[in-house]
Amino acid sequence: MSEHIVSSYDRDLEVLGRRIAEMGGIAEKMLAEAMDALANFDIELAHRVVATDQRLDALQREIEENAILTIARRQPLAIDLRECIAAMRIAADLERVGDLAKSIAKRTVKILSEARVPRAIIGLKTMAEVAAMQLKDVLDAYAQRDVERARAVWTNDSELDALEDSVFRDLLTFMMEDPRNISFCTHLLFCSKNIERIGDHTTNIAETIVYLVTGESMPTDRPKGKSSSISPSVETDEPSQ
Amino acid sequence: MTAMPVVEASIPTKVSVRDLDFYYGSSKALKSISLPLYTNKVTAFIGPSGCGKSTLLRILNRMYDLYPRQRAEGEVLLDGENILDPSIDLNLLRSRVGMVFQKPTPFPMSIYDNIAFGIRLYEKLSRSELDGRVEAALRGAALWDEVRDKLNSSGLGLSGGQQQRLCIARTVAIQPEVILFDEPCSALDPISTAKIEELIDELSERYTIAIVTHNMQQAARVSDYTAFMYLGDLVEFGETNNLFTAPQNKKTQDYITGRFG
Repeated sequence: MSEHIVSSYDRDLEVLGRRIAEMGGIAEKMLAEAMDALANFDIELAHRVVATDQRLDALQREIEENAILTIARRQPLAIDLRECIAAMRIAADLERVGDLAKSIAKRTVKILSEARVPRAIIGLKTMAEVAAMQLKDVLDAYAQRDVERARAVWTNDSELDALEDSVFRDLLTFMMEDPRNISFCTHLLFCSKNIERIGDHTTNIAETIVYLVTGESMPTDRPKGKSSSISPSVETDEPSQ
Repeated sequence: MTAMPVVEASIPTKVSVRDLDFYYGSSKALKSISLPLYTNKVTAFIGPSGCGKSTLLRILNRMYDLYPRQRAEGEVLLDGENILDPSIDLNLLRSRVGMVFQKPTPFPMSIYDNIAFGIRLYEKLSRSELDGRVEAALRGAALWDEVRDKLNSSGLGLSGGQQQRLCIARTVAIQPEVILFDEPCSALDPISTAKIEELIDELSERYTIAIVTHNMQQAARVSDYTAFMYLGDLVEFGETNNLFTAPQNKKTQDYITGRFG
């Protein structure tokens, strides 16, 4: 894209993009560390994740303010307008990703004393790895304005939905085996839900990227993974934007 | 670009420009322009200076006839009738296609006569009928409340924004079908601009409107369709909502986002 006649306009938009990249890096790190903290019962790391969330919140506010200022000051049109709107949307999604990672970290602190059945965490780790990969892909797609990659992320979310199903069934099994597992496994259920929702925010970002680059909106219904009758997923759970 | 851009086949077309070329002497100012003006819709012409947008507007009521060595080739159909035809009655054409200019052009006479002057050219009305038409025109141009008590004072005494609305009232008074606006707000302050924009919005319920503007945000606000022109070519024509959020052509995008080199 060639440059604006007014060069400070270019700088405004560049700053928006850089801040999104920064938020993306922090959100990725929070997710990875929250899972490490959970898997290793590392309470210090969990506290650090909780503390990091403030930085993410501050960045989101900064991006929102800058986008609003740019809209007010320059009345952007076409691609520039979509840049501003996309930055605000993606910042909001990344902020939520941070919240969800923080929630896993907080739960880690809470369930430390009642930790049982470590193998229950294995499925969760797989889920988190897939979610992290999706998040990385979508951030790369944003950086490169790569619509195909964004679409791939959007489609691949069904994998995460399927994994959530299987984690749900595993945890249910552990709970039926021994009622003393119930409290611990319930906490893990919430964690799996959090990861699944991180996936939803990731697909929201993918949709935003497609809009940013093409100006077109994605279809409202995303292909869902096959869900069994014992399934945690409720179709209307998380309205996508 | 010879194909007629069709956006909404279902909307009736008031004016249909087809393969229009225009020459100032030997220089070609418009190159094979084809576009529709849809009935009761506002169409904006945008583009950098010298792109031909004002030229195109001035063809729609044959203003160019006033100048020597200017000629148009192609067709401009108003309700199916080619207005470029030499046999067309220009006075009748200009009563059907009114025009409002960049700078307000009130006549040096009373507010009342500014409006009545045009009506008297085309119609013989009784005094009370004429009063009614003047009031209706001033109301239609959202000026009545401001001038009702001073209809006999000079039109030149009004503010710039009021003068422009007086010109719109004068245009509306002869009950045209199409109104052409040539940068109607470029000499006005923001409040007067907002009033004119509000007025254009209301007028579009009764008239087909074309507007030339340098202000992209204004085009985005007031128009239903937008034509982007560059160096005599029609680069892109489409629904305003699409053209300003996701233009199809890179040149359009560069222009409306302020990237033009």
